[in-house]
Amino acid sequence: MSNSNIDQRKIVFTIVAWSVGILIFFPILWTFLTSFKTEAEAIASPPVFLGFDWTMENYGEVQERSNYFRHFWNSIVISVGSTLLGLLIAIPAAWAMAFVPAKRTKDVLMWMLSTKMLPPVGVLIPIYLIFRDTGLLDTRTGLVLVLTMINLPIIIWMLYTYFKEIPGEILEAARMDGATLFAEIVHVLTPMAVPGIASTLLLNIILAWNEAFWTLNLSAADAAPLTAFIASYSSPEGLFYAKLSAASTMAIAPILIMGWFSQKQLVRGLTFGAVK
Amino acid sequence: MGSIRLENVTKSFGNVEVIPPLDLEINEGEFVVFVGPSGCGKSTLLRLIAGLEDVTSGTIAIDGEDATSVRPARRGLAMVFQSYALYPHMTVRKNIAFPLKMAGMDQAEIDRKVDGAANVLNLSSYIDRRPGQLSGGQRQRVAIGRAIVREPKAFLFDEPLSNLDAALRVNMRLEISELHQNLSTTMIYVTHDQIEAMTMADKIVVLHDGRIEQVGSPLELYRNPRNLFVAGFIGSPKMNFLSGAGAEAYNAHTIGIRPEHLTLSKENGLWKGKVGVAEHLGSDTFLYVTLDEGSHFTVRAEGEVDIRHGDTVFVSAESEKIYRFDANGLAL
Repeated sequence: MSNSNIDQRKIVFTIVAWSVGILIFFPILWTFLTSFKTEAEAIASPPVFLGFDWTMENYGEVQERSNYFRHFWNSIVISVGSTLLGLLIAIPAAWAMAFVPAKRTKDVLMWMLSTKMLPPVGVLIPIYLIFRDTGLLDTRTGLVLVLTMINLPIIIWMLYTYFKEIPGEILEAARMDGATLFAEIVHVLTPMAVPGIASTLLLNIILAWNEAFWTLNLSAADAAPLTAFIASYSSPEGLFYAKLSAASTMAIAPILIMGWFSQKQLVRGLTFGAVK
Repeated sequence: MGSIRLENVTKSFGNVEVIPPLDLEINEGEFVVFVGPSGCGKSTLLRLIAGLEDVTSGTIAIDGEDATSVRPARRGLAMVFQSYALYPHMTVRKNIAFPLKMAGMDQAEIDRKVDGAANVLNLSSYIDRRPGQLSGGQRQRVAIGRAIVREPKAFLFDEPLSNLDAALRVNMRLEISELHQNLSTTMIYVTHDQIEAMTMADKIVVLHDGRIEQVGSPLELYRNPRNLFVAGFIGSPKMNFLSGAGAEAYNAHTIGIRPEHLTLSKENGLWKGKVGVAEHLGSDTFLYVTLDEGSHFTVRAEGEVDIRHGDTVFVSAESEKIYRFDANGLAL
């Protein structure tokens, strides 16, 4: 193939890649721009892209009306809490599956993953009733527990894939050296798996942060995270697009910034084991 | 300290019995080598002794005490793995100190022991490096250092030199032999390389399909192999075998002659053949001869021999150097 052909293909691929990227990013960009418009400009037809009067008014109103920081703090507690609790359960579970597999370990892994394919609404009523009767409704503890449960299969799968890459001989060496099971996991396995654990942690925080179904259904005021904060701006009396956009921008900004800084780690974690 | 006795030990994985009932006695201070082809069960046997695998039946006694159900660390054995199995996130110092830390030893004592082991194994100059910054030979030394500091009853080596290049392997072989002489601790060493077995062992255990074919000193096995398998496995180049009429002349089903016990002549001899390949090493010449009756012989001649590819030669052997085997492959 001649060099000019390769160059042409490169240009076409670059254009296609950028187009797809912009297409995916456009709703976020539009939301971001709308958050700086007035309500009238936000619903103007034809829409104005950049030529409007930029205003911070929506952000002020949103904070005044809804106390953004309370929701933000709830989101932090729920996503970090459920991730840490999930890791605490998943590390020993993944260790067992990776290093002392039983006959049906693969089946257990598949079964765990299959629970992610069920529509969550199928178990909403029983879980709601359990939460009501145990006093967990609208509590951060309740949301931490439910998000831990729903994300546990993914955490275990990711850690399992990562642990499988660690040579079993190193753990056997630790056993010969007198390490107890606890010491083996704490002193040998976990430090060796830090990159994998870090990417699992990041991904799970993002998943928990973005989770809306359970957080909206099981919280009302006290424990409501940012998902509930955004939802509160879609009212039956009519939509306030500009304020909704400001609320959305404030809700997604922290996780977007975190994702941006840790993208290398995330991609590495998600593709680990895919290519040897 | 350091005697190990295996009685009726078996190991099965599911329905597959990899170690049929087996008895073995390893005496205090011995350097015992388990040797055999890949898949013969030698590593499994070592792992059973280490406690990394559970025996299916039978007992393992260490220093006279039943250790069959004792967990690995409590058996007082130290193991050096084929892949070194160093902790990649720890420095050399921390790697060597790890078993002592696990034993709850105080820090001053740990430092003293680690420095001692580092001196013995010439590790001091890279004591603060991580395994990833070391060469294969250095890593292997760290693995040995980690084993030494525990002052174990016995050392277990699982093919420790197979990841090293040929020159380094010879050096490390000598170092391990010297270590054994200095420490006088029991050592069990697994290898598929019969040269390692012959050069290092006090006692060789030849394994085949999980069974012990023969146990003895290197020269015992070389001089008096119990069967065809041992005869063919011990010695390099391997023993030549001849069946049929050639063997019947010696009242045997098969006869075996070592390459170094064959003599060559251009005029006359027992078997006539044609030289296929001649390897001239200077100190020795290896000739691969196809006999007229179809068998292939390897002949080792001392020094330089003026025989080339395609030459017709006669091969002979003194009758006392001919090994005889029956139809079951057992030595007569």
